[in-house]
Amino acid sequence: MRHLLSTRDLRRDEAIQILDLAEDMAQVAGREVPKLPALRGKTIVNLFYEDSTRTRISFEAAAKRLSADVINFSAKGSSVTKGESLKDTAQTLGAMGADAVVIRHGASGAAHVLAASDWIDAGVVNAGDGTHEHPTQALLDAYTIRQRVSGTGARGAGLDGVRVVIVGDVLHSRVARSNVWLLSTLGARVHIVAPVTLLPVELDNWPVTVGHSLDEAIDESPDVVMMLRIQAERMDDSFFPHPREYAREWGLDDARAARLGGDTIVMHPGPMNRGLEISARAADSVKSTVLEQVANGVSVRMAVLYLLVTAPGSDRGVSAGSTRGTGGEQR
Amino acid sequence: MTTTLLVRGATLVDGSTADILVADGRIVEIGAKLGHLNARSIDAAGLVALPGLVDLHTHLREPGFEQAETVLTGTRAAAAGGFTAVHAMANTLPVADTAGVVEQVHALGARAGYATVRPIGAVTRGLEGAQLAEIGAMASSRAAVRVFSDDGKCISDALIMRRALEYVTTFGGVIAQHAQEPRLTDGAQMNEGSVSSELGLKGWPAVAEEAIIARDVLLAHHVGARLHVCHVSTAGSVDLIRWAKKRGIAVTAEVTPHHLVLTDELARSYDARFKVNPPLRSSDDVQALREGLADGTIDIVATDHAPHPLESKEAEWEAAAFGMVGLESALSVVQASVVDTGLLDWADVARVLSSAPAAIGQLAGYEDGIVVGALANFVLWDPLTSRSFATSDLRGRSTNSPYLGHSLPGRVVATVHDGYPTVLDGELVDAETVAQSARAAQGAPIFASTQENHRG
Ligand SMILES: [Zn+2]
Repeated sequence: MRHLLSTRDLRRDEAIQILDLAEDMAQVAGREVPKLPALRGKTIVNLFYEDSTRTRISFEAAAKRLSADVINFSAKGSSVTKGESLKDTAQTLGAMGADAVVIRHGASGAAHVLAASDWIDAGVVNAGDGTHEHPTQALLDAYTIRQRVSGTGARGAGLDGVRVVIVGDVLHSRVARSNVWLLSTLGARVHIVAPVTLLPVELDNWPVTVGHSLDEAIDESPDVVMMLRIQAERMDDSFFPHPREYAREWGLDDARAARLGGDTIVMHPGPMNRGLEISARAADSVKSTVLEQVANGVSVRMAVLYLLVTAPGSDRGVSAGSTRGTGGEQR
Repeated sequence: MTTTLLVRGATLVDGSTADILVADGRIVEIGAKLGHLNARSIDAAGLVALPGLVDLHTHLREPGFEQAETVLTGTRAAAAGGFTAVHAMANTLPVADTAGVVEQVHALGARAGYATVRPIGAVTRGLEGAQLAEIGAMASSRAAVRVFSDDGKCISDALIMRRALEYVTTFGGVIAQHAQEPRLTDGAQMNEGSVSSELGLKGWPAVAEEAIIARDVLLAHHVGARLHVCHVSTAGSVDLIRWAKKRGIAVTAEVTPHHLVLTDELARSYDARFKVNPPLRSSDDVQALREGLADGTIDIVATDHAPHPLESKEAEWEAAAFGMVGLESALSVVQASVVDTGLLDWADVARVLSSAPAAIGQLAGYEDGIVVGALANFVLWDPLTSRSFATSDLRGRSTNSPYLGHSLPGRVVATVHDGYPTVLDGELVDAETVAQSARAAQGAPIFASTQENHRG
């Protein structure tokens, strides 16, 4: 795998390879010394144009458990008009000998532009690009679902027949986009629930069904309910009349959470707006995988970094699964 | 001191073959086996002679953005593409909203000599859409402005648009509208549709163009004014303009070469060379635009040549500038999209790229094409070759072409502007020679002098 830019073009076998490797990585975390020497001497750069402490820390922990050197490069504030261009930054990081660049950027396609350029030779991991994709989030979500559904016999399995409901601001969500492609590639059936204002205009090519009622979706007893974060700036832009109305219609409140089946899991990419898209009780219930998602994030990112940095076909060192990309949302 | 040219064996747009004799800036004879003792001879066997191309929508960037283009470099690009006249958009710095700026641009064009430069005046002061610019002063200036546009921005205020339509009528002018409802396109990055939905790029919906066109044709009808619609890009816009013309509303419309051939699928690369405003649309829109051009709903092809320096395009899509260069590739793209597909013949091309844009811009001398007595503005085009389009085919200052690396049909062999060559043997004539020829031509008698000795 040369780059990980999107889940749109990730094949099923590639995705399962990552999830299986993440299982191995998770076992490392359980050891007394939770560290592998796999990427000793390699340099991984976290290039973050947006604040996202949780995603950065997750990638940082993943890299360190693989014994890589980590450079955190916060480019926030160096907006393209005022500061250094992506090109200059990339060339700088290239000159520093980066083996992989983990990029978080507010512009859709930024990771793709970086990977397609000849500015830097390093592998590129998209850690969220604008409203396009956030592939490692989807991978950790898939991993979390697989673990809950298949338990210890998860290795090699997809998510065939698993019914997932994704609720909320799909329009602006890179998490939703990456999950739609990945979960359906793995065999899950994805249903989207949102007000029309928060749906992309054309979903004809998306492997999903679409509805507008969370109550109806819950009546169908889904296996997974994934709540998306509502960004503060959407509230002032007439996507819906008022947060209270949003919470009433599309929030996972206590009553709705109580109607979920015993094995149904509740997911949220975080950070959560408790009381808006999800109630505190729902977020903290045994159904909730919010904290598992965080832990699994490290394992999945270890797997991704390992595959990228050790890819053959680059002078960096594993297999050339082609990951052409497109790409994410705020989390 | 002026040039005498003898073009041998050119194919005219009616399909006939003829020699063309040029003297003192004019076409003095067309016929078989012409001869002349001192004429410079151009072998045009197999070449189509088209009247000089006229672009109604060119961004020359000077004054203010000379790192992207200048009047000189932009008109060199024009000549290389077979153009002999360009209309320079007003979104310069300072904005072309006063007589001073339009006269400066006009004079720079005359001095360079590669093409006639007709400045377009801003409709509103500073392109801010609030108060009318000095339309009368620009109209009566030495630049004699007849086309007014806030291009780059839409005149979105309905009352300002009404006033502008009415006021330019006083001076025989026309408003060229960049139709883009601003609220519906706030932060828009590409065509709104299935591709934008996948890519997470903010959509620029067709309705934002169509709503303004619908409003403006009704306004033009109401006040009895002429309206020109820039760069029509959607099937719905073609329908609206067809409807308006049927009702007798005085509307004309242009389409760019790139909207005749490229689609929003290209945005999947996130390569900002494909970022343009209005955005590349769907293949259904492309087809409707071709048909609209073929049936006369769309009057002209205009390039919207929009040069940008490298750093404005080597960036994330959202950070990159809108626009493509188009002068050098326009005729090739028109040939590929509508001539080679059988929708237009060369006489139609002469209309949509020369006489019709000249008529909208009220540029004299292009009414009848290549005829005896007309100013000698023409291009010799080889339609049978093809070229892999490369930066070496670009003669302006910027290289933001969407066609680099693609095979395009046809090639300009020669361009003749006001009787002197600006391109010969496919190469630009050097700037000094062209400037000298321009000075001589501008000093030459205005009316065709039929010299006794032109027949050898
Ligand atoms: Zn425009």
